[in-house]
Amino acid sequence: MKRIKLTIDGKKITARPGTMLLAAALSRGIWIPNLCFIPEAELPFGGCRLCWVEVEGEKDPVTACSRPVREGMAVRTRGQRAERLRKSAFELLLSRHHLDCRNCPKNKNCGLQEIAGRCGYPLKPGRFAREIPGLPVDDSHPKIIYDPNRCVLCGKCVWVCQTKREGVLDFSRRGLACRISTFADRPLGETRCGGCRQCVDICPVGALVRKK
Amino acid sequence: MKKNNNSGSQKAWEQLQKRTNREISGKPVPEIRLGTATCGRASGALETLAAFREEITRSAPAARLLEVGCVGHCYAEPIAVVANPGFPPILYGPVTPGVARRLVRDFLGEGDPCLEFALGAVEENEKIPSVFELPRFRMEKKIILEHAGWIDPARGEEYLLRGGYRGLFRALGMDPRDVIREVKAAGLRGLGGAGFPAGEKWEICRAFPGKTKYVVGNGDEGDPGAFMDRALLESDPFSVLEGMTIAGYAVGSHRGFLYVRAEYPLALERARTAMESLRGLGLLGKNILNSGFDFEVELARGAGAFICGESTALAAALEGKRGMPRVRPPELAEKGLWGKPTLLNNLKTLAAAARILDQGSPWFRSLGTSRSKGTAVFSLAGKIHNTGLIEVPLGTTLREVVDTAGGGVPKKKALKAVQIGGPSGGCLPAGLADTPVDFDSLKEAGSIMGSGGMVILDEDDCMVRTARFFLDFIQKESCGKCAPCRIGTYQMLKILDGLTRGKGSDAEMKILEELALEVQQGSLCGLGKTAPNPVLSTLRYFREEYEAHYREGRCPARSCRDLIAFYIIPEKCSRACEVCVGACPVEAIAAGAKGIKVIDQEKCVKCGSCYQDCPIEFQAVIKVSPPKTGGK
Ligand SMILES: Cc1cc2nc3c(=O)[nH]c(=O)nc-3n(C[C@H](O)[C@H](O)[C@H](O)COP(=O)(O)O)c2cc1C
Ligand code: FES
Repeated sequence: MKRIKLTIDGKKITARPGTMLLAAALSRGIWIPNLCFIPEAELPFGGCRLCWVEVEGEKDPVTACSRPVREGMAVRTRGQRAERLRKSAFELLLSRHHLDCRNCPKNKNCGLQEIAGRCGYPLKPGRFAREIPGLPVDDSHPKIIYDPNRCVLCGKCVWVCQTKREGVLDFSRRGLACRISTFADRPLGETRCGGCRQCVDICPVGALVRKK
Repeated sequence: MKKNNNSGSQKAWEQLQKRTNREISGKPVPEIRLGTATCGRASGALETLAAFREEITRSAPAARLLEVGCVGHCYAEPIAVVANPGFPPILYGPVTPGVARRLVRDFLGEGDPCLEFALGAVEENEKIPSVFELPRFRMEKKIILEHAGWIDPARGEEYLLRGGYRGLFRALGMDPRDVIREVKAAGLRGLGGAGFPAGEKWEICRAFPGKTKYVVGNGDEGDPGAFMDRALLESDPFSVLEGMTIAGYAVGSHRGFLYVRAEYPLALERARTAMESLRGLGLLGKNILNSGFDFEVELARGAGAFICGESTALAAALEGKRGMPRVRPPELAEKGLWGKPTLLNNLKTLAAAARILDQGSPWFRSLGTSRSKGTAVFSLAGKIHNTGLIEVPLGTTLREVVDTAGGGVPKKKALKAVQIGGPSGGCLPAGLADTPVDFDSLKEAGSIMGSGGMVILDEDDCMVRTARFFLDFIQKESCGKCAPCRIGTYQMLKILDGLTRGKGSDAEMKILEELALEVQQGSLCGLGKTAPNPVLSTLRYFREEYEAHYREGRCPARSCRDLIAFYIIPEKCSRACEVCVGACPVEAIAAGAKGIKVIDQEKCVKCGSCYQDCPIEFQAVIKVSPPKTGGK
């Protein structure tokens, strides 16, 4: 099939039709902030709202993970309108994130730190007061520790667990109380979870970590 | 164009007409039709039903008693139509059990139509004033609700007799592409909220290849205060099912799902009964009307969350997954249920399509405005005399709806605003009462058509509190998937919470406004994108009211509890009267010097009982805001 030509921040790239902008950009080494994007997934999750870009000729910014490439499209990754929405989502995520980098096993290998560093954002919730969920840490599993207070609800663990493994993890509840949990909130150690730890590998923050 | 190739279909149709006509011919008997939809039941329709039944057995055993749906006049429920041969049929309401007994004894027995209980005759006639002279009946234009409240929702024959299924019959004789052309030409726009052109949606769905396609009727209706789709299903499920069948024929689908909110047990039951009746008449299932077209509908109970009304979340829920919206594209028309092309429409859209196929697009286009054709159904609630369901041509002004159809605001209070479009709609001020109700005008004014909830607010309603109420609902119903909706609405809610308690600052107001726009633009689905509407519209039209809350600690509507106080004016207190003392639930009122009542402000919970109950001749209790200044 004929490849589609487009430019991102002035750089010319090509992509297969049907590819999402974010995937096209990442595969060409152009980084766009993201937390919930899984290249192999059939459909983008679209929950973190960090991958905003501006498309020439369009009034509103779009999320790069869910926008298919189009011939001749000109994309800007750091325009003001896109930045505003990105920073807003980032601050909101941080307002619910237990920020304790020094004691976090993901320190220096964390999606939030990376975005803050590369975008030049302070690692702070900005306009908002921090209010972490205050949920108990689940330490019941021999191989995995789950700390819901660090979770950004990117949904990646749910995706791996459900498409590749037992399907132990899912979303539960609505509104602010929404979280990743097991069925009926049973401790991970009491579920069918065999401990493949793909959820740990895919978690961009310190919510699901390896138990030593 | 494919002709009514269906000579088979033609014959089946004629036979069906003959069969239904035969059913009603014969000697006319007195007939009572009582509205026993959920709204009627809430007003005691089942007790009335029992009274009718008892009295008929006793004194008019030849009479027939039927349960029907809702004619939309909730304020006058329970409502009954009595057809006594020799008289025009007459609409009565409210029909209490006592009135029911009298109607059977005096009207059916003695020929006295008891006009003191009547709203009017439902046919023009010489003797009795007709309901169509009432302002509300005159301004309403019932298309979608044409048969609601008049027919027995359990018997397809009654729907047929009133012209039902002519639309499907006509469609079956047309090429499916012409059916779509007809709907497009009519200019029908989706009545589920977004107003997407229905014909275009059908065309897109038809264009995607695939043997298996689905049609979904969206009857999730999760908005607080909305009950249009419930009333439609409880009163006339046939229109919806006919519309679904036509849609199925048009897009090339043989299987439909009727997705109904789980909290609507009666609607589910009536839809099920109606489907059985239609199967018996050959109007649903295999080889409909002997045309060779098969269409089966399955009833699905909603998953119990507001978000499941959103199309992609609904599809997920139908598949048995968590009802969470997903990104688009692909649209459902391309990849819907189980990955197959799926057409999803609101129930009212489907019912309207059935009428269009029957009466033609020019007729439909003659109703409404240049860009919004047809009618819209609203549920009127709040500070209004005549609550209930109304159906009016699009383009009717808010003022006509409130004053003419709704009978105005009660207690001589002033209209303050109209909240339209459900929890994610906007509040339009009384000053905009001449805004026509149509998709584009409402959007321009900062609201949305939504699914048709309309709440009337008067001078006692605080706009900050109203915005808070709706945002609170939205925040709790957010599916949690995306950050702006899950956390952003919460941060907004916290600021609004503070404002209703007199706390806040210019800086917080700035954050509220910025964040509202960020949530609106940044959210994944329609829930988050429209969530800030109540806040943005009240900020736009009632900013001073926000400012009064945090700058002066004053609630101008005297509604926010933390910002009001009740006092008794000593000169006005009657001394001998103890009504307020008895009304107070927390014993905060006691008689002081010379029997004058005093409210202990420490104990007072500001419930307003004393304020309401103080006899009108004294009116000694006053409500003030801010709490500090008014009292003595
Ligand atoms: C949060 C949310 C809730 C919704 N709830 C309903 C609903 O209860 N009923 C409905 O018909 N549409 C609802 N919608 C709109 C649907 O997504 C969809 O647009 C509509 O059903 C399409 O039908 P129409 O084209 O006939 O309007 C909702 C949308 C959102 C974002
Ligand atoms: S990567 Fe696009 S929304 Fe998360």
